[in-house]
Amino acid sequence: MEMPAPDQSVIDRKARIVARLAEVLPKDAVIHEEHETRAYECDALTAYRCPPLAVVLPATTQEVAHIMRICNHEGVPVVPRGSGTSLAGGALPTADCVILGVARMTQVLETDLENRTIRVQAGRTNLSVTGAVEAQGFFYAPDPSSQLACAIAGNIAMNSGGAHCLKYGVTTNNLMGVTVVMANGEVVNLGGAHLDSGGLDLLGLICGSEGQLGIVTEATLRILAKPEGARPVLIGFDDNETAGHCVSDIIKAGVLPVAIEFMDRLCIETSENFAQAGYPMCEALLIVEVEGSDSEIDAQLALIMDIARRHNPVELRESRSEAESTKIWLGRKAAFGAIGQISDYMCLDGTIPVSSLPLVLRRIGEMSQDYGLRVGNVFHAGDGNMHPLILYDANKPGDLERCEAFGADILRLCVEVGGCLTGEHGVGIEKRDLMGVQYGPQDLERQMQIKDVFDPAWLLNAAKVFPLAASDARRMAQGRMQQGAGQ
Amino acid sequence: MTDMSAIAPGSEDELAEVVRSATGPLWIKGGGTRGVVSPGTPVTTRGLSGITLYEPGALTLVAAAGTPMAEIETALAAEGQRLPFEPMDHRRLMGTAGDPTLGGVMAGNISGPRRIQSGAARDFALGVRFVDGTGQVIKNGGRVMKNVTGYDLVKLMCGAHGTLGVLTEVALKVLPIPETTQTLLLHGLTPRAAVQAMAAAMGTPYEVSGAAFYDGTVMLRLEGFEASVRYRLKRLQAALARFGADSTLCAGVDQWQAVRDVTAFAGAAGDVWRVSCRPSEGPELAERAGARAVIFDWAGGLLWLLCDAGDDLRARLGPYDGHATRLRFDGGAVPRFQPQAPAIDRLSAGLRQRFDPRGILNAGLMGGHG
Repeated sequence: MEMPAPDQSVIDRKARIVARLAEVLPKDAVIHEEHETRAYECDALTAYRCPPLAVVLPATTQEVAHIMRICNHEGVPVVPRGSGTSLAGGALPTADCVILGVARMTQVLETDLENRTIRVQAGRTNLSVTGAVEAQGFFYAPDPSSQLACAIAGNIAMNSGGAHCLKYGVTTNNLMGVTVVMANGEVVNLGGAHLDSGGLDLLGLICGSEGQLGIVTEATLRILAKPEGARPVLIGFDDNETAGHCVSDIIKAGVLPVAIEFMDRLCIETSENFAQAGYPMCEALLIVEVEGSDSEIDAQLALIMDIARRHNPVELRESRSEAESTKIWLGRKAAFGAIGQISDYMCLDGTIPVSSLPLVLRRIGEMSQDYGLRVGNVFHAGDGNMHPLILYDANKPGDLERCEAFGADILRLCVEVGGCLTGEHGVGIEKRDLMGVQYGPQDLERQMQIKDVFDPAWLLNAAKVFPLAASDARRMAQGRMQQGAGQ
Repeated sequence: MTDMSAIAPGSEDELAEVVRSATGPLWIKGGGTRGVVSPGTPVTTRGLSGITLYEPGALTLVAAAGTPMAEIETALAAEGQRLPFEPMDHRRLMGTAGDPTLGGVMAGNISGPRRIQSGAARDFALGVRFVDGTGQVIKNGGRVMKNVTGYDLVKLMCGAHGTLGVLTEVALKVLPIPETTQTLLLHGLTPRAAVQAMAAAMGTPYEVSGAAFYDGTVMLRLEGFEASVRYRLKRLQAALARFGADSTLCAGVDQWQAVRDVTAFAGAAGDVWRVSCRPSEGPELAERAGARAVIFDWAGGLLWLLCDAGDDLRARLGPYDGHATRLRFDGGAVPRFQPQAPAIDRLSAGLRQRFDPRGILNAGLMGGHG
């Protein structure tokens, strides 16, 4: 993965830039020593690393505004960072950039149970939003699997999903308002504790823009009353295709599960060895979870099991208690970690129409043979959001490149069957150069023109999302502008 | 009402050519049922019609923008599914005729009572194709449930009222029609007590899918499997007992159609305003408005106000968390859309300039000139 060459004129001005930032921030909020900036050299896409010029850790919207004014004036690229859990390289620095980390912005600003909203600073972690309202019987619905660590800021940047978004939607469906600091330091409020936009839906545009349009510093989130309970059923099948048909039939029947998760044989075996959840050894496993009171859950699970029985499952295990539920989820939750124990892996995130599931799984299997790399499939089947895990050996020369080529082929396949490159992780650098597979030049041009409006100098996270070749002219115009300003 | 003078392109390419070769402003219309007027040559999408893909097992439907809503709703109902966001039919309130179209619903982000539970029109839009102001065909999103590939122009186009481009195709997420619908009615409440009762209902886990108040009566809707609805009704009644209101049950759906379509104000003289606000502030805003009649939807977060003709409601309301749209009026200088903060105005104007550099698409709407 290529990154643009850093702007030497910015690197040469490091001392001055750091000094200016130190004027507007507390002493410990500016990090510039090389041994310290190294901690920010990558996110969860660890194959790519680059220490930034400096790191700033503001605590308020005002401090962010000061930082952005200075960086805008100095022509310094800014890479926003939530908790650094991006799997797509969304927070990967360049050597000439300032990392703007929101880790110190964790306050709850307003809890309004009557109107079912909470306003938080954007550095607050996803799970601790729920933590702030749980005692009162509420929760924040989007639940990315990194929710213990990931920040709301990153959730908004990537429009994160999670296992339960089949019922509750993804971040954009639960985000009501933001305070955003523009590239020039201007503070703008979009939306609020009301339900629709009075003008163009700029809130909807900000969500999922990967930190390229502004720095989100505060967010108003929709919270919901916690369901009375939830229980899953585990269903095992002899082949993937049948599991796919079963998913489709469940959806058609009018039940709305909160989650339908899928695991294939490699994931079942690996997670079973690791976590001993008592999974059956079979080709495909579904975990279907429903919510409600005990009797409501019983009724829904009965309906789902009736549907499943028509597909001759090899295993049908209904949870009857919290302990049994935990056990059913144990293997699924351990799947990524378990695979990580046996191999390096790359996690993909393409989404496909649910009806294409059998075809896509078959083709991935064939490609796996061709590339000589193993693949495990574990994903949100209800909404077609796949997570193929390609196993490779980081110490074997050429293996990463082969893995990336294989990944790109899988994503091309996702687009070919009517799906997309990324369902919840974002484009970042990882899928940047594949954007042309899904979008034509005119589609990308319109998107880049939006960035022109919000960030005319292309300072915010500029080397992400768009193919470098497509954004070159804009980023270079910026470089020339800086050099002009420096003279 | 067929508008004989409107240009009606029969394909996306034809529409693109109409926009490319336009020499003046274009007034983009779907079925023309929402009473929105903009200067210029009328262009209708009704020639772009038909469902192009429907997969009930994947909860997905794709249709051309000019497809009548009735056609979509009929096709969905045949498979026991529906559009969950319950789009309003404006014809009775606005006194218009014609067929509401999918493009019109999405361009206006038209969402009904179920918005508080399920989400708005924009939350069910998976993908769009549109012709921008330069005549280029642009696509964004797709037809899958989760998609974060690039910027979300799907949301941006929903609610843009055709000012950034003319929608030609929309992909939607749909949901099953529940087995049963029941409405719990609480009678004889003041607006303040009503909004508190609705907040309490929304704060329960019983999945209230509609919360409205009109004429002293709170309406709370529950949907789902029969036994489940029966159970939740009982629990909800118990949870709201402290409001001391007489309660009755109602199994029909007509009253929700009346709320959705604001039929109580149909034919009544005066302007109709739509105010989006923080629900708990609804009663106070309604008082400040001095309206002749008020309907509270979205648990108080959406106010429908019947006001004296020409009244500047925004001046009466002052600042609050939300905005007001002047939906039905006979003229006067008060603009339809709420003026926005200068910074937001600049961003919006910048987007319009990029998507429609000549400023020809629905130029009179959303703070546009004319």
